[in-house]
Amino acid sequence: MIVRILGEGQLTLQQSALDELNKLDDELMAAVRDGEEAKFRTAMDALLTRVRELGEPLPIEEIKPSDFILPSADSSLDEVRDLLSSDGLIPG
Amino acid sequence: MADGVMKRMSLIFKSKANKALDKYEDPRETLDYAYQKQLENMTQLRRSLADVATARKRIELQIKQVQQDLDKREQQARRALEMGREDLARDALTRRAEVQQQITTLTPQHENLVKQEENLTRAVKNAQAKVDAFRTQKETIKANYTAAQAQTRIAETLTGISEEMGDVGMAIQRAQDKTAQLQARADAMTELTATGALDDPLAALTTGDDIDVELNRLSSGTGVDSELERMKLELAGGPTKQLEAGASGVAKPGAVQDAEEVKEGDSK
Repeated sequence: MIVRILGEGQLTLQQSALDELNKLDDELMAAVRDGEEAKFRTAMDALLTRVRELGEPLPIEEIKPSDFILPSADSSLDEVRDLLSSDGLIPG
Repeated sequence: MADGVMKRMSLIFKSKANKALDKYEDPRETLDYAYQKQLENMTQLRRSLADVATARKRIELQIKQVQQDLDKREQQARRALEMGREDLARDALTRRAEVQQQITTLTPQHENLVKQEENLTRAVKNAQAKVDAFRTQKETIKANYTAAQAQTRIAETLTGISEEMGDVGMAIQRAQDKTAQLQARADAMTELTATGALDDPLAALTTGDDIDVELNRLSSGTGVDSELERMKLELAGGPTKQLEAGASGVAKPGAVQDAEEVKEGDSK
């Protein structure tokens, strides 16, 4: 599967990593929903770190859609909430 | 619970790409149209990146000016002390502390900006590489076109490139917003400093020119006196004795620290 970290690029990961990533992602989603800044920061870092550890960068000449997309590392909680609540932020 | 962050975000990107795909009957047309769009996007992205760089340079210039201001206050304080004007030295040092505060605020923000700009430069470069790859791929797809096979491949390629453009476009947009914020803050700070509004109670005394005027008056008008004074002070082991004598009666918490700062300055 392919995961994109916004601002960093795409990485290829083994399908077997999905369970672990989903768990981290659930924590991130919960933190966003609850609006808890500290929890959000921890969850973001944990998820991004793991994706970077497990992933291999996709070669530049390959053009493939991602299965999953993650916010850029320096995104604030508000930015992530905006990203999820509307698609207005992503240029078409 | 519904989808998490990663799935939702990819769906949002996909829905964008699908809109573009739906525009044309013949998928091959979509490829050419998309390529034209990418070229336009790249031009726009480069221009935006240049704007970010310009803003970054402006802030660098401001930091440099603030740094000069810092040096100036330092010199003023020394001069004032040499003339035995503790009050002026204190004003200059107060101003210096405020300027120092500005540098402390601006420097990490600037570093952050530089890092962001580096990331963006890389992102734009990668996007360009993808656009180049797209050009080759679209010709290959068109040459071997059989409707059934190509449909999926085209959709996938277009979604992939649209995601890439969306990503780099967003990154640039964010950087521009941040740069603008930072610039506005830096401008406001410089303005406050220029008007002296930051040092409310001391404003009349501490606006830079006042200190300069006073110092110049002293040095030009009473050159001999001040020279004498300086020599006296040197003979007396520096102005600290006088300062301590003056400060001890007031016994403000800040007084001792100020006196130490003065001592330091004098010993250099």
